Amino acid sequence: MLRRFWPWLWVSLGVLYFFLPIYATFVFSLKAKKGIFSLLAYDKVFADPRFGSSFVFSTQMALLTIFCCMLLLIPTLTVLHLFLRRLRPVVEFVALVPFVIPSVVLVFGYLRVFARPPLSITNSTLGTYGLLLAGYMVLSMPYMYRSIDAGLRAIDLRTLVEASQSLGAGWLTIFVRVIFPNIRVAVLNGSFVTFAIVIGELTMARFLLGNAVAFAPYLAEIGRARAYEPAAITVLSLLMTWGIVMILQLLGRNTSATIAGPR
Amino acid sequence: MANGAAQTWWRQIEWRKVGVSLTVVPFLLFAVLFMILPAGSLLIESFRNAQGQWTLANFADMNDPMIIEAYSMSLRISFTTAIIGAIIGLLVAYAVTVGGLPRGIRTAILTFSGVASNFAGVPLAFAFVATLGRTGIITVLLAQLGINLYKNGFSLYSYIGLVIVYVYFQFPLMVLVMTPALDGLRREWREASAILGANTAQYWRHVALPILMPAILAGMVLLFGNAFGAFATAYALTGGTLTMVTNVIAQEMSGDVLHNEALAYALATGMIVIMTITIGTYTVLQRRAERWLRA
Repeated sequence: MLRRFWPWLWVSLGVLYFFLPIYATFVFSLKAKKGIFSLLAYDKVFADPRFGSSFVFSTQMALLTIFCCMLLLIPTLTVLHLFLRRLRPVVEFVALVPFVIPSVVLVFGYLRVFARPPLSITNSTLGTYGLLLAGYMVLSMPYMYRSIDAGLRAIDLRTLVEASQSLGAGWLTIFVRVIFPNIRVAVLNGSFVTFAIVIGELTMARFLLGNAVAFAPYLAEIGRARAYEPAAITVLSLLMTWGIVMILQLLGRNTSATIAGPR
Repeated sequence: MANGAAQTWWRQIEWRKVGVSLTVVPFLLFAVLFMILPAGSLLIESFRNAQGQWTLANFADMNDPMIIEAYSMSLRISFTTAIIGAIIGLLVAYAVTVGGLPRGIRTAILTFSGVASNFAGVPLAFAFVATLGRTGIITVLLAQLGINLYKNGFSLYSYIGLVIVYVYFQFPLMVLVMTPALDGLRREWREASAILGANTAQYWRHVALPILMPAILAGMVLLFGNAFGAFATAYALTGGTLTMVTNVIAQEMSGDVLHNEALAYALATGMIVIMTITIGTYTVLQRRAERWLRA
């Protein structure tokens, strides 16, 4: 036991660093009423209609981002795997570009290019939402790329495609009924990360939509005005993150080291 | 398929190739429109003045106390949290791999690390306000013990506070990077060193650390980049009052604070350059580190 003293010490310190803020947040969120523990802060959170509306908005954006990323990446990657192997490093490189452009810089570039004449697409609500969607797709690109690529690598793509074609299937049928079901689990992995990124994303939403439309800017705004509600929301969003990670673990994939997301 | 006349045959192939290549066009178009064009536009504009003439003046203008402060703050925070995060992460990773702790602890720590490295941004800032803010649980607890943090120069909303918060998502990332590398240390190497008469210190000094060094450096570089591009955490914590590059760019977007738009483009270009160097270095080091992982 004594021989294991140092390893236990390091792990304990790590666990302490990890849990202390979470524990403190939980206790803090219950202290909205003076002197007793209560769920008052949670009641107030749920009573604010903007909590629900911003969460629903961000959830919708997340699902849309996942769908559009799949629409863009699955056909592209399938073709690369089947016919254009030489182009693969190029696309792989492009998918890593989001790592070198911090989201503040990216949204700055968007405002520079798209928010002024001749394009001015941020003048309409639809245009702004479209731009936000594109931004989210860029932020989640490395993760979606990696998971779809891993999925396609793991199956015998050529045989599946040739078998489908010899049975008379067109490309649409092949994508929807053969390729997608076979890479579903791998794609799910990237989808969860994308979901977490979009729900927690502050920068893009803050500078394209302003405060309080999307979830994270709304949170940041309440954080400045209130004391206990932010803690309550943090506990709620942490529970959700835990849920997502648990599902990922159940899917049998280890969480890998990544640096994008809602920092 | 190849039964037709030679000429029709090659024609068919070429057409098919063209058709196949076209399917990559939407992806490349998306990349050009939403990654290359915005970043490239900032890059180009940083070399032009307000009249649209080519110039290097914007970079010369960066020699300004506020800009220098912003860059030095960003670099210092990234560097400090990379070092601290790397040390803690390395020790924890060592404990769960070579340290010989039960298997369950290892799984739990890796799961924690997966969560914590993604637990950042606004909620993380709030969690630390509840912990070490003016009325935070730990602050109050220590005050009851007679230690008043805020009267002794500590503030969560300052440089030191930001370092503490950043390390929260930095060290778990290091754990995730180092665990596979430490797993790659083979028992035979240790045995071989022992047979040749090396003690534990010599084994670490001459065998294990040189093998681990690329992975350690790769991890530190990754942590550096992780902190350098971060914006949301500092924004939620300090409301963007700390002079960091990301904050200056953000303020410029909310309203003209620099009174010189081109200077903001130069700032953004500087960030992209630093991030490119960072990720490039990481990729090279990671490739070197993985050399030892192949069994």
